[in-house]
Amino acid sequence: MLISASWLRELTGVDASGRDIAARLIAAGLEVEGVHVVGEGLTGALVVGRVLEIEELTEFKKPIRFCQVEVGAENGEGSTGVRGIICGARNFNVGDLVAVALPGTVLPGGFQIASRETYGRLSDGMICSEREMGLGDDHDGILVLTPDSANPGDDVRPILGIGDQVLDIAVTPDRGYALSARGIAREVAIAYGVAFVDPVDLAPDLPAPSARAVPVECGSDDFSACDLFTLSTVLGFDPSARTPQWMRNRLRDCGMRSVSLAVDITNYVLLELGQPLHAFDVDRLQGAVIAGRPAEGELFTTLDHVERALVADDLVIRDDRGAIGLAGVMGGLDAEISDTTTNIALESAHFSETVIARSSRRYRLSSEASRRFERGVDRTLAPYAAARAMALLLELGGGEYVGMTAVEAPMTETVIEIDADLPARVAGMSIDSQRSIELLRAVGCVVTEVANAGNSLRVVPPTWRPDLTDPADLVEEVLRLIGYENLPSTLPVAPAGTGLTTSQRIRRRVGTTLAHHGFVEVLTYPFVGPEDLRQLRIPDSDPRRAMPELANPLSDEAPWMRSALLFTLLPAARRNIGRGHSSVQIFELGSVFLGEVSNNAIPSMGVDQRPTAEQWSALESALPHQPLHCAGVLAGEIENSSWWGAGRVSDWSDAVEAAREIAEVCGVELCARNGNDPMFHPGRCAELFINDAVGEPIVIGYAGELHPTVSEDFGLPTRSCAFEVDLDQIIAAAPAVRPAPVFSTHPVAKEDLALVVDASVEAAAVEQALREGAGPLLESIRLFDVYTGPQVGEGKKSLAFALRLRANDRTLSAEETAAVRQAAIAAAEAACGATLR
Amino acid sequence: MSAPNSSFDPKQVSALGEDAVNQMVAAALVDIAGAADLAALKEVRLAHAGDRSPLALANREIGALPPAAKVEVGKRVGEARARIKDALTSREEVLQRQRDEEVLVAEAVDVTVPTTRRSLGGRHPLTTLMEAMADVFIAMGYSVAEGPELEAEWVNFDALNVPADHPARTMQDTFYVTSQDSGAVLRTQTSPIQIRAMLSRELPIHVVAPGRVYRTDELDATHTPVFHQIEGLAVDEGLTMADLKGTLDHLAEQMFGAGIVTRLRPSYFPFTEPSAEVDLECFVCRGESVGNPERPCRTCGSEGWIEWGGCGMVNPRVLRSVGIDADVYSGFAFGMGIERTLMFRNGVTDMHDMVEGDLRFTRAFGVEA
Ligand SMILES: [Zn+2]
Repeated sequence: MLISASWLRELTGVDASGRDIAARLIAAGLEVEGVHVVGEGLTGALVVGRVLEIEELTEFKKPIRFCQVEVGAENGEGSTGVRGIICGARNFNVGDLVAVALPGTVLPGGFQIASRETYGRLSDGMICSEREMGLGDDHDGILVLTPDSANPGDDVRPILGIGDQVLDIAVTPDRGYALSARGIAREVAIAYGVAFVDPVDLAPDLPAPSARAVPVECGSDDFSACDLFTLSTVLGFDPSARTPQWMRNRLRDCGMRSVSLAVDITNYVLLELGQPLHAFDVDRLQGAVIAGRPAEGELFTTLDHVERALVADDLVIRDDRGAIGLAGVMGGLDAEISDTTTNIALESAHFSETVIARSSRRYRLSSEASRRFERGVDRTLAPYAAARAMALLLELGGGEYVGMTAVEAPMTETVIEIDADLPARVAGMSIDSQRSIELLRAVGCVVTEVANAGNSLRVVPPTWRPDLTDPADLVEEVLRLIGYENLPSTLPVAPAGTGLTTSQRIRRRVGTTLAHHGFVEVLTYPFVGPEDLRQLRIPDSDPRRAMPELANPLSDEAPWMRSALLFTLLPAARRNIGRGHSSVQIFELGSVFLGEVSNNAIPSMGVDQRPTAEQWSALESALPHQPLHCAGVLAGEIENSSWWGAGRVSDWSDAVEAAREIAEVCGVELCARNGNDPMFHPGRCAELFINDAVGEPIVIGYAGELHPTVSEDFGLPTRSCAFEVDLDQIIAAAPAVRPAPVFSTHPVAKEDLALVVDASVEAAAVEQALREGAGPLLESIRLFDVYTGPQVGEGKKSLAFALRLRANDRTLSAEETAAVRQAAIAAAEAACGATLR
Repeated sequence: MSAPNSSFDPKQVSALGEDAVNQMVAAALVDIAGAADLAALKEVRLAHAGDRSPLALANREIGALPPAAKVEVGKRVGEARARIKDALTSREEVLQRQRDEEVLVAEAVDVTVPTTRRSLGGRHPLTTLMEAMADVFIAMGYSVAEGPELEAEWVNFDALNVPADHPARTMQDTFYVTSQDSGAVLRTQTSPIQIRAMLSRELPIHVVAPGRVYRTDELDATHTPVFHQIEGLAVDEGLTMADLKGTLDHLAEQMFGAGIVTRLRPSYFPFTEPSAEVDLECFVCRGESVGNPERPCRTCGSEGWIEWGGCGMVNPRVLRSVGIDADVYSGFAFGMGIERTLMFRNGVTDMHDMVEGDLRFTRAFGVEA
């Protein structure tokens, strides 16, 4: 809401600058986002001029006027002060009053006016448009002042409100009353401690209805949607009557354009009192004007020339022929007033907040009216606002008032019982109850102290504050007016805490571990689309295709919520490579979203009580599973090249090792076997798993070299690598306590074995067989060489293992060592067809 | 091994004389001092202290002496050998030290060459900032609460006193999942975690909830559709707005330095009543830039205060929706944007830097922002 300080001063009698008022309003809880000055930057003489002569100059490309303008004795030549001024606009006539910037004047934007030769004449000033004076965007022509409203030579500034300050207030949804001069002025009056005279209490100067005709009838078919409807009729209004400059200024300061006197008056009263009004052309109405529900599917064309199919949940204003307005949102084309309308019926009504909010949302139509209705308009205001508008119409446009018709549902009064010391208890400071009562009365509440009920107050909020419904709302009113700056600062003591959970602690360590291994954390947007998945080679049958889809994504190219971190991490790698990084090592720790969400998936519940266990578990189970994953991408050199020699390009094993390090942080052993994720090189992809309590493998992710086409499509170096693990699963497997190792101090016996197996046999399988064969005397086993080549033959490979054997209670004898060795070889032979090389 | 010579040789006996022994010692000392390096010293050692050295040979003769002379000569020769041995040892030490010094000099390297074989990684400053803020509360006995990013509309809105048709729903531009009727949204705030905490925990409740939230804003220098907040919630008997202020002041002081306080301004949030905006006293200029054009402050725009977040007393309607008796318990809640905090705390000027994942941005923060 934009509002000029001069209007607020007029309504309150407070003599303060706009900035000072703004500071007080901020302290009282209105968010003043800025204060600007009307015509900021305009300096020097700007005077009223009367056009005496117009000489049309036709020899130029466009028609030009050379005008003799009377600007006051001290401002020009001769006894009346006349200047010759060149002007390109044509929207004025001899005798019109215009705004003249004299030489030396600086217009907003730093444009300095000077006497100068132009179009073969000496132009001795400038006739200004609104835009040139910084008053708006209107540059269709120069600004013509209301006839006879001033004399040549008068200062234009007060006439146009130049120099006034305008406050820009962001009104929160609870404070609908602050979308009006009336509401803001009340806050100003409270902030300055002056008595407030409500403009509504000043009866408008409205004549008794003429008996010459009857006013248009009105009605409401649905009091739940429209509980007050008034229709006021004026006949014989002069459609050519001009909106006075003061009203134009106020509309302009509030960000509205002047349209016509009748429309301007409805807008002015809307801004002044906060009551939306709608004017109909009586001659285009047929029968009574009724608020009611439309037929489902009824077609209706709104003022913006859009034909809309209505739903029965909407509220329309209609006459005998059909809908003529979408109530409280936007009028219709058919019954709209035009610039020839002389007979006007003015609607001033009260509509349900939710009905208007729904219609406004349904059609994505937000209007000055709907913004106010959905925030709540003073239930008693409509007849006052109608009378105020009628009085202005008659005063400024003439005509005959023939009366107001109205229907109204009985009004229910809100009563709030509140302990007088509740504000003090909530604030944590002492507040005199009489002070609280005083402040509640200042905002318009009727407060009575309930006899025989201790400290209790009975509070009836004012009709313009439908947001005040609970004791807490009243507490806020008291505290904000006392001033939050007066609150004491006390630090409460919480009970002993439990610190981070194991999962939270591990997550931090996983991030730190990866960072220490050279990975850089990124936080990518989790939005993905079909093209991403195509480039990632995710087939249609892949379960990861089942993702939640956004109804209103930022981009239609990325409507889904990722089901794997790599979907969004690879684009981040691409961006870095694109920015000139030759190698990239990044990771992300974040949620993924598994499964689709169906329509009406989650049941709605009330808010009057705690949900039942069944309701809550239904809600929980309807949400998709959102586990925490950790993923990384390695591209290019993992070890740099420099004076020490060549660097090392990362390979599949670095990706597997990164995943193992994550598992190690959790105290979980991560195993790998050959996998076949489509994003990865089919021969260089490890499926990662952990063993559950009974030794069953649980797959928790993938690691390896990316598929060559994936690397290529993402612009990554060849043989780029990646991993992704389900961190929640690893954390779930983490032991609460790691048991201490038992180890022997007897001498170690070392045995090296080279075994030849088929190339397709996994090293892990051979190792597992050796472990089993060697039995409890095996302390550790390590693969130290893999050889393929002529010495072992085609389709074979040699795996060299170092075994360390040790007993807990003795030095192993040569015979014992040899027996273990043989048993291990035998087991590998049995399980994997291994032969000793 | 040569056995003692039983034959008598007068010349050799004379070699055991005092002068002769002294001469041998003197000759040895000259040679020892003249040994230029360890190899030369080895030769000298062989010549003067080896098995065939004059003194060694002389020593063999001692056995042939009469008992009276044996003692005297034995002592003399023993002392002479000891002197030579000492001289050898100390010369050897000198030469060894010399050699070591030469080697170490020769092995000197240029320590200014690069040493980074593996580039350093880093954690995202938003992550570490969230941790740092959470840690302030953990030290106060709070727990870290969590909730899903794809959240039920009931939890994100209804239970937080944002009814379906209330304009407050449109205060935050919401991503709807599947359709506007699915009942699922991307959470627009961390406040739904309040609801989850109150439904799942025993009273009293003291939780802090950092997390990722979503709104349909286009990315620009100061907006991002995906961002982070940290939320705090305390529910107990007798909590007051003064307690809220004190808690925020404590956070401000821990994060931004001793004496830094907060300021509350009345505002509106559906889930708190009364509600307030939280401003942070500018930790750079501490207000000294206000009205002082010579010393402008970029951090606060010379306002002295920085908009930080929102807060308030938990609306009793919210307590009711989770079944907490608002006549007995009261609570306060607050929330701050992490991106915004990082921007003014660390001087990040463009939101793009935080979301694009450029290595250069995160690396600059290491593992602690
Ligand atoms: Zn500052």
